[in-house]
Amino acid sequence: MPQPCFSGIDVGASAVKVVVIDDSGDILGLNVRRSGHDFEASAKASFDAALAAANLDSGDIVRIVSTGYGRRNTLFSDYTRTEIGCHARGCFHYFPRAITVVDIGGQDNKVIKLDDRGRRINFKMNRKCAAGTGAFLEEMANRLSVPLDGLDSLARSAGGEATLGSYCTVFSATEVLEKIRAGTPLADLVKGIFRSVVKRVMEMEPLTGTVVATGGVVAHNPGMVAILEEEIGRPVLVPPHPQCTGALGAALFARDSEE
Amino acid sequence: MPARKDFQSSSRLKQIMADHFLELDRAAKQGSPKVAWCTSVGPAELLRGMGYLVYFPENHGALLGASRLATDLIPTANAMGYSPDICSYLTSDIGSYLKKVTPLTRAYGIESVPKPDVLVYNTNQCRDVKDWFTWYGREFDVPCIGVVTHREVGRVEEHHIGSIARQIRDLVPVLEEVSGRKLDMDRLKEAVKLSKKCTDLWKSVLDTAANVPSPLTFFDATIHMGPAVVARGTQVAVDYYEELLEELDERVSFGVAAVQGEHVRLYWEGMPIWGKLRNLSELFAGLKTCVAASTYCNSWIFEAMDPEEPFESMARAYLELFIARDEAYKEEYIKDRCEQFHLDGIVYHDAKTCPNNSNSRYGMPDRLSRELGIPALILNGDLNDLRCYSEEQATTNIEAFIEQIVEG
Ligand code: SF4
Repeated sequence: MPQPCFSGIDVGASAVKVVVIDDSGDILGLNVRRSGHDFEASAKASFDAALAAANLDSGDIVRIVSTGYGRRNTLFSDYTRTEIGCHARGCFHYFPRAITVVDIGGQDNKVIKLDDRGRRINFKMNRKCAAGTGAFLEEMANRLSVPLDGLDSLARSAGGEATLGSYCTVFSATEVLEKIRAGTPLADLVKGIFRSVVKRVMEMEPLTGTVVATGGVVAHNPGMVAILEEEIGRPVLVPPHPQCTGALGAALFARDSEE
Repeated sequence: MPARKDFQSSSRLKQIMADHFLELDRAAKQGSPKVAWCTSVGPAELLRGMGYLVYFPENHGALLGASRLATDLIPTANAMGYSPDICSYLTSDIGSYLKKVTPLTRAYGIESVPKPDVLVYNTNQCRDVKDWFTWYGREFDVPCIGVVTHREVGRVEEHHIGSIARQIRDLVPVLEEVSGRKLDMDRLKEAVKLSKKCTDLWKSVLDTAANVPSPLTFFDATIHMGPAVVARGTQVAVDYYEELLEELDERVSFGVAAVQGEHVRLYWEGMPIWGKLRNLSELFAGLKTCVAASTYCNSWIFEAMDPEEPFESMARAYLELFIARDEAYKEEYIKDRCEQFHLDGIVYHDAKTCPNNSNSRYGMPDRLSRELGIPALILNGDLNDLRCYSEEQATTNIEAFIEQIVEG
């Protein structure tokens, strides 16, 4: 008899992530795609793709939990959970001890503290500003005419580093323009941009204990994790598929739920 | 559990608010009785004692917020040089005056707020009120007088009281000149006596929320607070709270809950988000969460009022308020409320344009969470300027906070 399977759908501001797991929490299939303007349609398409990747059909899924910015748009899910809870749950799955989760997403950053039983002690979300989020990186990539997925390799190749002082996205863009004029190498600029993201996150809450980094920005820019490690002076753990940790957390909630 | 009905007293409440504004409108048009504008914790008892009708611009500010007119009006004041970073009651009220738009028109058919004969402030809450009133003082060319109060006060000492009582006495000659009448001490004492009665009743009303389940939420209280704000020092307010208290006591005895299935109880620290009261009230109710207590609604509790010593007791009452006190006092105060009301968490509203009523900026949430062993959430928003508020982020924060409490 096939074992029961569960799914988590994370409808974020920029990307939809779907994870399908089995009863022991192992990932059978996953899918990531852009959210676009029709959250419901993207979620459905992503769900179907994750099922196909897992070689399952929708009848094999016992329960679905949705999360993220568009969690209420996923009408075919059984219930919703906040992305804060789901990221925490997903990270604790891989690192079951007291951890500080740093999630850098397209629109929001979160710092979530968990005790050794995985219970949330507190959480903070960034203030209503894009500085330090994926949206900020997108804006900067645009300014520099560098493709978004080219930022990481550029940052790694940097010989030096530019300093960005402002915590405002728009003012940072002006600083970047000024530095371009002054002839700062592109790679150094990108590294400076990465550091400014890390700094914005570190201002939210002291990053104590074991730090776990997740989120789309972390997934696509491992160079940022290196900067975070440098800043806090300790190694930073990254779960497999960091962009999908929220979706995994949602799937784990689906598995554990009695509803 | 019995289903929750609207408060019977609500119709009486509507009538009181209508009477208040219509009476002021008539007086301003006829030139009698004289109209005094007063800040929320200004010397309203003195003004009543001297025969003034009292109008509260902050109450109008809250109406501008609740009716969602504020966000359209604030930019007008911004353009006049009043920054988007200062009190949005001030900016929306001045914007409303300049654009000749007021929610009073729709509600009561009143064209504009009543013109003042005198403006009287008390800076115990902030400096913004003085700047706000001074603007109108220039505009209407009428006296703008007031009391400058100590802030950040730890223990309330006699020298504080002496200084404030003296300042209140010093208002009298100007007020006599404007009204053309001498201060009548008996009338003043009567106003102080009625204020004290109103205070005691309002406190009892709020205290009913200590029951589990609570018959009242913070969101209800922000509405029922109306008479305590605009009719403090009159019999009307006293009668209203006697009626409301009776209704609440009855609800308590039948176990009627303000939030069906209440299983989380919270404290709200800071200003209301006036334009989002309904949304937030529904969001919390949907999460079976009762916001059972707040600092804000307690701002109209003036326990020190004593008709035998009107000036000194007014001085004490206005100074003993939370907003004028130091952090140590505030922390103790919130701790007591959390214990009295059996609360599971604290929501701090960090209102962008009111640092005076935002207590989340100097580390208090973390300190109190540690001491009380209950979690805290900081919501970024504003009393009136909805440009400072993100509905989606606020919702996610609140939902995640309740999840955290429920998961234990
Ligand atoms: S205390 Fe805050 S809301 Fe009240 S008048 Fe002052 S700044 Fe405005």
